[in-house]
Amino acid sequence: MSDSFPLLHLAVALDGAGRHPAAWRAPRARPLELLTARYWSDLVAEAERGLLDFVTIEDSLGLQSASPVEQDRRTDHVRGRLDALLIAARVAPLTRHIGLVPTVVVTHTEPFHIAKAIATLDYVSTGRAGVRVRVSTRPDETAHFGRRPPALVRLDEVSTSAAQRPLVDLFDEAADYVEVIRRLWDSWEDDAEIRDVATGRFVDRAKLHYIDFEGRWFSVKGPSITPRPPQGQPLVSALAHQSVPYRLVGRSADIGYVTPHDTTQAEAVVDEIRAEQVAAGRGAESVLVFADLDVFLDDTAAAAAARKARLDDLAGAEYGSDARVFTGTPAELADLLQEWQSAGLAGFRLRPGTVPHDLEQITRGLVPELQRRGAFRTEYRAETLRGRLGLPRPANRYAVA
Amino acid sequence: MSRPPKQIHLAAHFPGVNNTTVWSDPEAGSHIEFSSFAHFARTAERGKFDFLFLAEGLRLREQNGQIYDLDVVGRPDTFTVLAALAAVTERLGLTGTINSTFNEPYEVARQFASLDHLSDGRAGWNVVTSWDAFTGENFRRGGFLAQEHRYRRASNFLRATWELFDSWHGDEIVADAAAGVFLGDPEAGSFEHHDEDFDIAGRFTVPRSPQGRPVILQAGDSEEGREFAASSADAIFSRHSTLTAGQAFYADVKGRLARYGRTHDELLILPAATFVLGDTDAQAQELAHEVRLAQVSGQTAIKFLEQLWNRDLSGYDPDGPLPEIDPVAGENAVSRGRASVRYHKDPLAIAREWRDLAAAKNLSIRELIIEVTGRQSFVGSPATVARQINDLVQADAADGFILVPHVTPGGLDRFVDAVVPLLQERGVYRADYTGPTLRHHLGLAEPRRAGAAKEAGS
Repeated sequence: MSDSFPLLHLAVALDGAGRHPAAWRAPRARPLELLTARYWSDLVAEAERGLLDFVTIEDSLGLQSASPVEQDRRTDHVRGRLDALLIAARVAPLTRHIGLVPTVVVTHTEPFHIAKAIATLDYVSTGRAGVRVRVSTRPDETAHFGRRPPALVRLDEVSTSAAQRPLVDLFDEAADYVEVIRRLWDSWEDDAEIRDVATGRFVDRAKLHYIDFEGRWFSVKGPSITPRPPQGQPLVSALAHQSVPYRLVGRSADIGYVTPHDTTQAEAVVDEIRAEQVAAGRGAESVLVFADLDVFLDDTAAAAAARKARLDDLAGAEYGSDARVFTGTPAELADLLQEWQSAGLAGFRLRPGTVPHDLEQITRGLVPELQRRGAFRTEYRAETLRGRLGLPRPANRYAVA
Repeated sequence: MSRPPKQIHLAAHFPGVNNTTVWSDPEAGSHIEFSSFAHFARTAERGKFDFLFLAEGLRLREQNGQIYDLDVVGRPDTFTVLAALAAVTERLGLTGTINSTFNEPYEVARQFASLDHLSDGRAGWNVVTSWDAFTGENFRRGGFLAQEHRYRRASNFLRATWELFDSWHGDEIVADAAAGVFLGDPEAGSFEHHDEDFDIAGRFTVPRSPQGRPVILQAGDSEEGREFAASSADAIFSRHSTLTAGQAFYADVKGRLARYGRTHDELLILPAATFVLGDTDAQAQELAHEVRLAQVSGQTAIKFLEQLWNRDLSGYDPDGPLPEIDPVAGENAVSRGRASVRYHKDPLAIAREWRDLAAAKNLSIRELIIEVTGRQSFVGSPATVARQINDLVQADAADGFILVPHVTPGGLDRFVDAVVPLLQERGVYRADYTGPTLRHHLGLAEPRRAGAAKEAGS
């Protein structure tokens, strides 16, 4: 049984001590524990206590930097992080319900490795895995791999069509990557393992499939070494800010995270993603659009504003974000979420300004408020992440009906 | 004056995808579900083992152009399982094979450093380098290595990851909230590495982990493999579990250490070993024979023969005599994705030996294959097996063993419950863990950080 629309879906984006650059200096921050299993299991357990749909875990293939193209060598922000996929795997046995969606950079990694890693995350979490695919445009990250010429993309200078070309290529490559991991997840039929003692056969090899992917950037033979995961297809998600990544969401993803600043923008973005979905021949599939919001929450709006102002003072600059920055009470945030939901959004990915404070404001303030309004679940019912989001377990593309 | 007895090291290999694993056993469970891995790991930890080991294969094996279906097929991702196992164990080392051909140093270093943090210092890496284009077809980088470049790449890969691990010294994160200083060094994590295989520079994302670097395991047996181990590994996963072969290998490899400025204790020799336990030695022998019959079915015997003969022998009767025809010389075209076929260096000579053996003992194909492959290392009552293991270790045929049970996931249970206490009683095996990290379990010192000596001397 699924618990889906019209209840809204809530995810939180976990990233170090929180989104604000001075979050690690907040009173309850644990800046010396950011690399420990205990820290991450505490945060995910808190999110699970709040009955949230899933957590995403931020990652990159380079050290954090405030500059979009190079290392900033700042010493006043959090630097250093663990592999997000392994954090997700580490907390999976300690949780039972919450979805686990690590970030994976597709530009420099192998789809074969990531397909089996996410499939395995789905096994260790018994059906709660997803992945957020991320394109890397950073020259400094490219230099960590040395396998391809430095990317020439400047995300801040992509208004001209000539400047768009490398970006289009990177996202087309990402779409191929997602196609490969999806085929690999289907490369074993669910009943391929037969253990037939009479014939001595462990598998029915007619139910294992070469994927034979040939694309512009790479080819992959298959099948996967890992059997089809519990959900069949773990969730694929992506963050998108403009038309090129909207297209990736429309043609490849189950969930798109977008960054509108009001209802009108939200409607426009949802329309654009729907059009891309239809253009990609996926009109009949569910693509859920989640709006991202950076949140600073307290019992009064004044307290939240004052707390954010103190953090801004510590950081020496006003906090800026790609997403709408919300400062206020959980009830005010609930108002905004319900208003935005009418634009066709399935849910929200909230980025806590600080952890654990703003995370607890979500789980202990916002969630009860939404429950009072009948807008959020009061218990976990569906067993898998797909089920919780109202997505069916998909048929295997290679299985003969 | 006699020296105190050596302390035995034990590790556990999760049952793999060759015919050692008896999937047809009524007790056999899943090879994929996490509950099997958790059971196996908890058993090993109950037995105070040094580590659990996961093998890896990056393409499903094929024979005669078809996916090989007689053995266990499929396995989960190594890193993901090890990270999850860190949640259900507290002391057990978590090690696995990660290929250096189809990965990049930056990514592998990130994963091992992360695993080491998430397990509080229990990560270990068996470095392998594969050379086959067959596996390469699953990877975007495709391609493969010339066989003679395997160890060069492995060595360069390992050196590059060491520079990445060492790019953080361990004291950079100060997190002084009042002063607003998170990082004590603005250049923390900076690295640069250039050689024939890798041309990389930048900053590493993972601050120094509890062990500094993961423990390095090595499994190669060739001249180059032994030299690589002597120069770079902390432990060898060897194939020589008998007294004579074990002693020769042990002396050979330990003898190479001085050349690299390393001492006798800095490299452990841990042969893979299978075992069958019974209430009595006689019962164990009977059980061992039953296990061998289950491991080598008629179909499996023919497949094994094809791997040496390098041709289709599906028309032969496994209960009949060996083929009259000779093996096909040259590159093995029958079996793909299987490292062991490379060990058949002179198929014609081996075929002659096998024919002679079959003639002398009047063996069918299946009986012959049972005779020449994979006999169990230790067979007997718990007391007998405990004595065999201890004798081999005290005689310097090994420093301990990596046990490979034949049933998933319960195949280690009886060993831990019946043999381990006997070893503990003899005073040759730890009663409990004495430290937190895998490096500590193995009695290894902290690794020297690359460049540290230079800095200290300047």
